Amino acid sequence: MDLRAIYNQVITENSRSKEHRHPVEGCTCSLEGVNPSCGDDITLQLRVKDGVIEDAGFLGAGCAISQASASLMIDLLKGRTVEEAKRLIDTFFKMIKGEISPEELEELEDAAALQGIAHTPARVKCAVLAWHTMEEALDK
Amino acid sequence: MRELRDDFPILRDRSLHYLDTAATSQHPECVLDAVRNYYETANANPHRGVYELAQRATDASDEARAAAARFLGCDDRELVFTRNATESINLVAYTWGRVNVAAGDEIAVYVAEHHSNMVPWQRLALEKGAAVRYMYPDEHGRLTEAELRRVINEKTRLVALAQVSNVLGLLAPVEKAIELAHQVGAVVMLDCAQSAPHMPLNLHELGCDFAALSGHKLYAPMGIGLLYGRFELLDAMPPFLSGGDMISSVHEYGAAWADVPRKFEAGTVDVGGQVGLRAAIEYMEKLGWEAITKHEAHLMELCLEGMAAIPGITVYGDADPRERYGVISFNVEDVHPHDVASILDADGVCIRAGHHCAQPLMDRLGIGRCCRASFGVYNTEEDVRSFLGSLKNVRSFMGYGS
Repeated sequence: MDLRAIYNQVITENSRSKEHRHPVEGCTCSLEGVNPSCGDDITLQLRVKDGVIEDAGFLGAGCAISQASASLMIDLLKGRTVEEAKRLIDTFFKMIKGEISPEELEELEDAAALQGIAHTPARVKCAVLAWHTMEEALDK
Repeated sequence: MRELRDDFPILRDRSLHYLDTAATSQHPECVLDAVRNYYETANANPHRGVYELAQRATDASDEARAAAARFLGCDDRELVFTRNATESINLVAYTWGRVNVAAGDEIAVYVAEHHSNMVPWQRLALEKGAAVRYMYPDEHGRLTEAELRRVINEKTRLVALAQVSNVLGLLAPVEKAIELAHQVGAVVMLDCAQSAPHMPLNLHELGCDFAALSGHKLYAPMGIGLLYGRFELLDAMPPFLSGGDMISSVHEYGAAWADVPRKFEAGTVDVGGQVGLRAAIEYMEKLGWEAITKHEAHLMELCLEGMAAIPGITVYGDADPRERYGVISFNVEDVHPHDVASILDADGVCIRAGHHCAQPLMDRLGIGRCCRASFGVYNTEEDVRSFLGSLKNVRSFMGYGS
C-alpha cells in the first residue's frame, strides 16, 4: 500500500489547518455528522443567504482524513450557490467511487487530494463524513 | 518456546505482524484440521440419531465439553455451549437476572467492562427498576479493594467484572470481589474472554458463580463460546432460548426441560465449533502454561520498554508489565488512532483503533478512543520490532516534530 497516496501533503497539512475550524456567525444551519464506529464527530455550520453559502465552518474531532476532508470541502464550497455545491458534492462521491473523469477531478481543486482513499475501503467513511453532512444540511 | 508462527497458516505470510489477538485470535492448523475432520468423518445431528454416525457426532460434542471442563477446572454439566462471551452473559441476564433481580436491587459493574458485560445489566436494571452502580479504576488504572467495598453492599445482587480488562490489560482483584459479593449474598459474573487465553483458570478454586468465554479469542473458530455456571444456579434457572433439544418432554399445553446444561442449548448446536475449541484447548495444553506465560510476558516487557523510548506515546493503565496480560492500549500525541492504525497497516502491522467496546471507560480516561496492540502465543520479537519501528515514524509522517 502506498501510504502517501492517502496521507499526501495536502491532507496532512489540511488536517492540522485551523482556517475553517470555527463557529459561523449568524449561522442558518448547524448539523452534526458522526461515524459511530470510529468516533469521528464534526458539527458543520453554514450561513446560507439567497441560495448562496456565504460562510461555513466546522467544529469537532476526528482522524486526519475526516478533518482534512471537512477543511478541503469548505475551501471548495464556500461562496458557491447551493445548486453548484450539490453538484460538486456528487462529483466528490463519484471520485470516491472511482468513477470520475479528469475534467471533473479538476473541478474538485485541492479536494482531489482525497482520491487515493478510493483504494482504502476502511477509511472511505472518514473521507465522506463532512460531504454527507453538508449534503444533508443543504437539503434542510 | 519454539517459534509457533508456522503452526498458523495465515501467519506464514512473513509480512504480516498480527497484533490484534484481543479482538480475535488466529487459528493453528490443528484446529482447522479438527473442524474439517469432524465434517468429513463424524457429522450428524448430535443427541438425536440412533445410527452410529450420529453417535460419533454426539461423542465429539461430549468430548469437547469434557476438554473444556478440564481446561477450566469445573464439571462438564456446569458448561453451556454458546456462540461467544456476549451470548453467555446475556443468557445469565435473561434467565438468572429476570428471576433474581427486582426493583430497588443493585448491580455492581466495573466501568472498564466490555459493553458485553455492561449493556445487558443496564437493560435488566431498566426493566426491573433496579440500579447499575459503577466501580471506577484508580489513577493507575487498577480496581482497588476500597473501590469494591465502596460499591458492593447489602442491596447488590450481582457483580459484573472482567478478570482482565480488554483495554487496560490489567488483572482485576477477582478473589476479593467474589469474597465481598458472597458476603452480601450477591453472585459474580466473571468475563474471562480476555484472561482465558493468557493465564490458567480454575473456576472451582476461584469460586465465581458465572464465567463467560469466547472461543475465537482462544485460537478456536468464531461462533463458539462457553458459559460456566455453578450447578445449583444453572439447575434453578429457567431456560433461555426454547425449542428443540432443550426439553425432556413436550405436551400440547406445556413442556419439561432437559437437564443442565442442555436445558440452555436449544436447537442444533455448532459441533464443528465445539470440536475446534477442543483442538485449540489441546494445542494450548501441549504448549503448557509455563511456556505461554513466559513467552507473552517477555513480549510485553520488550514492547513496553520500546514504547517508553518513543517520544509522544501515552500508555494507559499501570505500565508495569507484571499483572498486565496481552494488551497495551496507547495514544500517539496529536495523531488520531485511526491514522496510527492506517500508517502501521502500511508496514503490515495490524493493531486495533477505536473505543474497544468500552466507551464508558474511554470517557473516564477522557480520551474517546485509543490504539491497542495485543499479543498471542504466535507473536515474535520480530513482530514487536516491526511494531516499534513503524510507531516511531508516525508523528513525523503526519507532519509533527518528534
